[in-house]
Amino acid sequence: MSDLTRLTAAELAAKLSASEVSSVEATQAHLDRIAAVDGDVHAFLHVSDHALDVARDIDRRRAAGEQLHELAGVPLAVKDVLVTTDMPSTSGSKILEGYMSPYDATVVARSRAAGLVPLGKTNMDEFAMGSSTEFSAYGPTRNPWDLDRIPGGSGGGSAAAVAAFEAPLALGSDTGGSIRQPAHVTGTVGVKPTYGGVSRYGAIALASSLDQVGPVTRTVLDAGLLHDVIGGHDANDSTSLSDAWPSFAAAAREGATGQVLQGLKVGVVRELDGSGFQSGVTASFRAALSAMEAQGAEIVEISAPHFEYGVAAYYLILPAEASSNLAKFDSVRFGMRVNPQGAATVENVMAATRDAGFGPEVKRRIILGTYALSAGYYDAYYGSAQKVRTLIQQDFEAAFGQVDVIATPSAPTTAFRIGEKIDDPLQMYLNDITTIPANLAGVPGISIPSGLAEEDGLPVGIQFLAPAREDARLYRVGAALEALLVDQWGGPLLDRAPSLTNGASL
Amino acid sequence: MRHLGVLARIQLSDEEVQSLTGQLDAIVDNIAKVSEVATPDVVATSHPIPLENVFRPDVVQQQLTREQVLQNAPDQADGRFRVTAILGEEQ
Amino acid sequence: MAKDALMDFDEALELFEPVLGFEVHVELNTATKMFSAAPNPANEANHGAEPNTLVAPVDMGLPGALPVVNQEAIRSSISLGLALGCSIAPSSRFARKNYFYPDLGKNYQISQYDEPIAFEGSVDVELADGTIVTIPIERAHMEEDAGKLTHMGGSTGRIQGAEYSLVDYNRAGVPLVEIVTKPIFGAEHSAPDLAKAYVATIRDIVRGLGISEAKLERGNLRCDANVSLRPRGQEKLGTRTETKNVNSMRSVERAVRYEIQRQAAILAKGGTITQETRHWHEDTGRTSPGRPKSDADDYRYFPEPDLLPVVPAPELIEELRAALPEPPAARRRRLKAEWSFTDLEFQDVANGGLLDAVAETVAAGASPATARKWWTGEITRVANTQERDAADLVSPANVAALQKLVDAGTLTDKLARQVLEGVIAGEGTPQEVVDSRGLAVVSDDGALIAAIDTALTAQPDVLAKIRDGKVQAAGAVIGAVMKAMRGQADAARVRELVLERAAAL
Ligand SMILES: [Mg+2]
Ligand SMILES: [Zn+2]
Repeated sequence: MSDLTRLTAAELAAKLSASEVSSVEATQAHLDRIAAVDGDVHAFLHVSDHALDVARDIDRRRAAGEQLHELAGVPLAVKDVLVTTDMPSTSGSKILEGYMSPYDATVVARSRAAGLVPLGKTNMDEFAMGSSTEFSAYGPTRNPWDLDRIPGGSGGGSAAAVAAFEAPLALGSDTGGSIRQPAHVTGTVGVKPTYGGVSRYGAIALASSLDQVGPVTRTVLDAGLLHDVIGGHDANDSTSLSDAWPSFAAAAREGATGQVLQGLKVGVVRELDGSGFQSGVTASFRAALSAMEAQGAEIVEISAPHFEYGVAAYYLILPAEASSNLAKFDSVRFGMRVNPQGAATVENVMAATRDAGFGPEVKRRIILGTYALSAGYYDAYYGSAQKVRTLIQQDFEAAFGQVDVIATPSAPTTAFRIGEKIDDPLQMYLNDITTIPANLAGVPGISIPSGLAEEDGLPVGIQFLAPAREDARLYRVGAALEALLVDQWGGPLLDRAPSLTNGASL
Repeated sequence: MRHLGVLARIQLSDEEVQSLTGQLDAIVDNIAKVSEVATPDVVATSHPIPLENVFRPDVVQQQLTREQVLQNAPDQADGRFRVTAILGEEQ
Repeated sequence: MAKDALMDFDEALELFEPVLGFEVHVELNTATKMFSAAPNPANEANHGAEPNTLVAPVDMGLPGALPVVNQEAIRSSISLGLALGCSIAPSSRFARKNYFYPDLGKNYQISQYDEPIAFEGSVDVELADGTIVTIPIERAHMEEDAGKLTHMGGSTGRIQGAEYSLVDYNRAGVPLVEIVTKPIFGAEHSAPDLAKAYVATIRDIVRGLGISEAKLERGNLRCDANVSLRPRGQEKLGTRTETKNVNSMRSVERAVRYEIQRQAAILAKGGTITQETRHWHEDTGRTSPGRPKSDADDYRYFPEPDLLPVVPAPELIEELRAALPEPPAARRRRLKAEWSFTDLEFQDVANGGLLDAVAETVAAGASPATARKWWTGEITRVANTQERDAADLVSPANVAALQKLVDAGTLTDKLARQVLEGVIAGEGTPQEVVDSRGLAVVSDDGALIAAIDTALTAQPDVLAKIRDGKVQAAGAVIGAVMKAMRGQADAARVRELVLERAAAL
């Protein structure tokens, strides 16, 4: 196995800028790894055929003495929800098969500008609707810890790619947990930034008021480095914040010293008391809290009485916005076109195309959303759900009056088996109970590995939440706990994951 | 359900109509749940981070070339997108 | 299409009271679109662009694209709201109006729904007979235009029977302000005239503000006319029809008249009016029903999550209010007094849409009487034969310059008409046409006298008659002189000189 794929992005970046390693070598190592394991993992929907050209150009510029970004030359996996000019963008849907965007998503453009090397597009639940990546139109992604299990969703491809060492960095999007929950089940790090902290321009919209793009990595520092590249104001996104953000990489480095834990007040939500949580998940969560407590953190029980309404509100808001956002897929300007039998009108061409092009979960949510917005129901459905957002924001506000961060298990269970819950959407939806409040309120969240569940040996994540605009706090606290746990474990959690190559060395 | 299919422009099969009809209950359950706390005195939050007056100066910037506009067209003619006959009134 | 039965207009008015309502869409002439930085085809600079060349990702609903509001469109909308006497909402927001149509890239239109930018106003409209009517305005809201469909195959350009359609998204995203009136009562016999006058007033307002090209034939202004009838003495409103996209002032007038006559014929026979949208057919002068759409009334509006509330600063509103031009009706009253026109003369100008032209000609130095004479006379005559707008033929500055040449005696009326023809043909300013065509009056008496002497000598019998006091005989000589001068002489002066020379010779 090539060493280069085992490096963190920060380590690889250091070797690149010291010219110990070339970007071509680093990129080739990851392409080799993809070739070796992605047949099993299926993290990628498309692998770039010119990544090496991009890497070569970075090497040339470096050799010419050009001042490059810290991450220049480091490979990057891009969730297929983000549009790219040089690779197809399908959002995991048949209806967009082969679609080539004439413009790059802002986060992709910023990544390219920093010299990151896009390796390919990662698999996802169709239009980001799901928590398992089983709803991709192109087949499921498998969890590198156990290929029979789901890698989480919707960004299972990005999480699996970094967990399987196919890429050191990946981009994800999080509407109700699609970055954090995959991080939880794959033993990786995922951040959902403050709403508006990262541009949504070029992210194929699921639910506009909930979507956020963020980093998917193996370490907190790497997430901070990538967040620094993609974040900040974008005039193409009206909801983008014009705040001057601190460096999140700097926050992670500062946090790694552990100082931040001294006197840190960590809130634990009384209403997420463990019922419905797998015992190994709860145990790992408690152990992580104890470790923090031992370093001087204070664990404070807080109440968030409206969190329990979050899932219901979420499943009113999301389908409503999604039904409208997905109306553009109509066979007129791009994407699939199906010509039905018999007298064709544009109406029935559209209807036949959307029937054939969308998977069952997408159709289900579009129909539910159409129903929720349909005549007379707006106030009762969408409007009431938006009131719950206000109540959840108030819960956060009250909590952050008492504590610096809130901690929860990132999800109730470890990775379940592929196919296990696919026919039970409501059971699947409950996966998001811990992650959804952050999307409804717009606050940032991070998931980092807290350990393995005793009963199944699968990864568990701990989630920290901070007030809106306080993303840096998450990097400090996350990096502190990460340093503590890696020290306890004697190495990164992912070192314990299977090699995926049946012992064959590359 | 058929009407929802028409509104959403999805030609639903009989099986889909049947299975989806049952699932509308999920929406009804959600609304019942949400209604427990969504009282008239609570204001709605449409954007998680409140902003206002986000505008763009009236200055022409990059637009797409016609080739880019048409590059994914399922069908085209004369520099325009071609669609099957429209049955209906003009908007 | 079956021919509708129509009732005589006067008879219809005896039995029924018409109630009107209008929705006028105004295309703003900002440099860029409502939600994208693509060039705006409703701005003169971009008129006539090739299909699909004025398109940004959001205009055609490309995956991932997002809208951003054009600041200038907000200013224009507030100005228009103020000019309509509306209150400007302290906070307004955009909403999505969801429906599928191939000209709508996102399959939803970003519009305003429950929180429009301007509401509750009124505008004074002057009818052809000079009566002023106050039209109540319900709201003015911002939205985006859709693209353009061209129907191919079947009967030309019609949606019915077309085999396929072509879509151009240049117009998609053009900034619109939709102005909605409240029901208008009491128009009575003037209803068709009022419809026309209302649209003309909106045109004058947006032109005065400079916020739209305001050309109806280009669709910069589009009127939907609602008409209902109720039997005399009935309180309850009748069922209304909405006639869509009537794109000339004459058509608005005709469409309203037609609907009154059509509905009256149905109601008088005990029939009922179907609430529907109808289409105006310019060629036949009739309206026809649109196909009822199953989802037409279920637009599933909800607040646009990609955009934020518009909260205009009070200072901005006051700045725009202070910059408002005079309201059209007030301006008419002022100009009529300033120009000392008779009612008839003023209506001639106003109804011809020549108010601005005359005012600008007067401002350029012509007297009101001569300005009126040119615009309602020769220029209108040429416009009618060329089927163009009088105001598009010649600039007010050139009309004033032309009149200046007449006043100075350089041109006779007849010569001035020839010069005007040259100016309209694009040959330059009046002076340039005079120079290049050599049309100036010959005012050198020497040349005239020589020609007169020649003519008198050649016709001794005429000379004798003149000397005998038969002055009318001079006509023959005058004719010969004018001919010799190729018409470039002032006939009155020639006559004077002929009499002088006849006495002197
Ligand atoms: Mg309307
Ligand atoms: Zn409209």
